[in-house]
Amino acid sequence: MLLIPCPWCGDRDETEFGYGGQAHVPYPEAPETLTDAEWAEYLFVRDNPEGPFTEQWVHTAGCRRWFTLVRDTTCNDILAVHRTGTTNPVHP
Amino acid sequence: MTAEVTTPRARSPLHHRAHLLAAADVEGPRGVRLRELPCAAQVTLRLDPSSPAAARVAGALGLPALPVEPGGVRTAAGATERTVLWLGPDEWLVVGPEGDAPAIEAVVRDALGDGHGAVVDVSANRTTLEISGPCAREVLEKGCSLDLHPRAFGPGRCAQTLLARAAVILRQIDTGPTYHLLVRGSFAPYLADWLLDAMTEFRSPEVPR
Repeated sequence: MLLIPCPWCGDRDETEFGYGGQAHVPYPEAPETLTDAEWAEYLFVRDNPEGPFTEQWVHTAGCRRWFTLVRDTTCNDILAVHRTGTTNPVHP
Repeated sequence: MTAEVTTPRARSPLHHRAHLLAAADVEGPRGVRLRELPCAAQVTLRLDPSSPAAARVAGALGLPALPVEPGGVRTAAGATERTVLWLGPDEWLVVGPEGDAPAIEAVVRDALGDGHGAVVDVSANRTTLEISGPCAREVLEKGCSLDLHPRAFGPGRCAQTLLARAAVILRQIDTGPTYHLLVRGSFAPYLADWLLDAMTEFRSPEVPR
């Protein structure tokens, strides 16, 4: 079980959150020019690093805000938390 | 055949459990008490806290400012007691006595004016459970992962969290302690039953450690 620091509400139990997958996946600049394979790549294929991974979470049972979080996939340590649209880490 | 004309009346979600709640009181040093405070007025307010409208709305509610710190609560002194709870960085819940929702909505809409925001009467969404007594915190801790110890939580604070897997707005009223749980009407019977069960052990003396 993770203890996740919501950038608004502070440390909360993982059960209060929803997972949103990899963060900062750019929308294709010209989606109409993509092949089916490229479109599928954009939709479904995500990084799977061993180590720090930037991902989106939503505090469903709390303030209902989306935020980004950097998690080390080898040990589940949470390295940084950002409010959406900001780059400064938040430590509530 | 004539249709019977009835006057619509608000009936709270725990109307049928009032006698069960009253019968579950535990007295003494391990005391705990559960009641429903039905039909509180609730109005959701969404707006940009840095906009001029936010200051106008706060003023109209009789507050110097809307609470912007997470979990903040402000109660306005006035003829009718209205309390503003922080629900998110641009979202608040205004709670007032039964029947006050239209007046709250009118006051806030008037103050909002041309400002960008949303004001919605959500009084029918939730009911309020009041749990109080020396062991009230221990009862809540059986189903809530939040740290409710006085070092981390206290009167004048609120939080949205899960209690026994049900989403609640938890608000501490005093150090008795007394808590108010705002819970969706459809979840209220389940949560009341869970709380009644969780309170049962406090009827017996504490088991020595």
